[in-house]
Amino acid sequence: MTSSLTVENLSVRFRLPGATVHAVSDASFAVRQGECLALVGESGCGKSVMAHALMGLLPGNATVSGSAWLRTGDAPPLDLIAAPERVLARTVRGRRIGLVPQSPAAHLTPVRTARAQLAEALRELGNPAAADELAARAGLDPAQLDRYPHQLSGGMAQRVVNAIALAGDPWLIVADEPTSGLDRPLVDATMAELRRLADDGRAVLLITHDLRAAERVADQIVVMYASRVVSQAPAAEFFAGPQHPYAAGLLEALPSRSFTAIPGRPPELTDLPPGCAFRPRCGRSTAACAVVPEAGPVACHHPLEHHVAR
Amino acid sequence: MLRADGITVSYGRQRVLRGADLTVAPGVVTGLAGPSGCGKSTLARVLALMLRPDAGRLTVDGTEVRRWRQRAARDLRTRVALIFQQPRLAVDPRLTLREIAEEPFHATGRPVEDLTDDVGLTPELLVRRPHEVSDGQLQRACVARALALRPRYVICDEMTTMLDASTQAHLVARLEAYRTETGAGILAITHDDELLTRWTGPSGGPTVRMG
Repeated sequence: MTSSLTVENLSVRFRLPGATVHAVSDASFAVRQGECLALVGESGCGKSVMAHALMGLLPGNATVSGSAWLRTGDAPPLDLIAAPERVLARTVRGRRIGLVPQSPAAHLTPVRTARAQLAEALRELGNPAAADELAARAGLDPAQLDRYPHQLSGGMAQRVVNAIALAGDPWLIVADEPTSGLDRPLVDATMAELRRLADDGRAVLLITHDLRAAERVADQIVVMYASRVVSQAPAAEFFAGPQHPYAAGLLEALPSRSFTAIPGRPPELTDLPPGCAFRPRCGRSTAACAVVPEAGPVACHHPLEHHVAR
Repeated sequence: MLRADGITVSYGRQRVLRGADLTVAPGVVTGLAGPSGCGKSTLARVLALMLRPDAGRLTVDGTEVRRWRQRAARDLRTRVALIFQQPRLAVDPRLTLREIAEEPFHATGRPVEDLTDDVGLTPELLVRRPHEVSDGQLQRACVARALALRPRYVICDEMTTMLDASTQAHLVARLEAYRTETGAGILAITHDDELLTRWTGPSGGPTVRMG
């Protein structure tokens, strides 16, 4: 059986004084072996919360429902949502799921060398491999490992955190905005690295607001808007003709396309409008949109039609 | 004209700029591109009168900037605004978004005007502090702050790298509206060639490549 991560009807709520944040609502998708799935959307739409929910890293005021089944190799299937913290800490984080964090330079301890931090990860995860070997696999010259984080360039620091993410030989790599703040050549290098990991028989869940980075690497594009998954499509189909009006609007905002912003603003996650949350910004909305569209490849009552060449 | 001639800057023993020249003309968007580490951000700080170069001349509309550390330069300083790449590092975390946008009015004692509507901030967002909003929402407040004193020149240093496509398009459109309305000069610093072409194109401004 091939390995996979299957997320079903995942919802995350945060209780705040006087308000409830609807961070993720009824999200379903699956990542399979050898595949890179990009979760895209505007900042604040719930994509990072999704990653944290999968890794059991949500704060105490969060309530989670739904399931996320991780099936890898011969290990028995594990529901990441129902699993106790002890199981997640001992068998999942670092071992079955590796995290490539946002802003690598900030993720590393400034007072220890890259080697010390990588060696610590290997030791904790019980991996007998040498730091040099792992660094080389992540495309890093082992001589660079003796540097402190501030002595590393952005690209080098990125490779160090990639190497740390791989220290426990995880099957799923969750990359949370791994490229924000990096320049284009570094973005391209990071994307190539993620692609290589997927091609190696792992799976990659890429969380990003950068559509062009996603286009370079992803097999599937999942779009989130105001806590819901609104569109899921193979990457080629998505970029050739997105069917959800929000997805189409995001693509059209790119400088290489019409470079026009989507009118209006996304709703507050504490105060979602009834029905389709995109309705107030959407040119295609009708009375039917007062009802939340059914989840699926295109969660919309009036999807755009495209003639995709096959 | 905002003009830098022969700007040299070193951080310790590391020389970052050696005799750099750049002119930002009013009314157009000048592009500045180059690989990371080539000194674009350092040049941006010099142009915004925030960093004193080791050598070279900076002139703002014909007036040479002298006496960098004294109040005399304030009149010149307020003519140039700078928008940073990472809004989170560019604001006081204790202030609300409204206070951030209004800081320049308080600093100069000018009457407070409301500019936040133009950048797309709702009243509910304006009472929040930086840790309660997204990067995109925070950068909107930074754009409002930069335009508060109606600068003649706006230096945008990788302003949209952290933002999603729609927020990027919206903030660039806001700056373009400001430029057409006031005849201000804009320096667009980015490594994104598509963005650069799209942004400099309408005004026919030049693109300078460094490094």
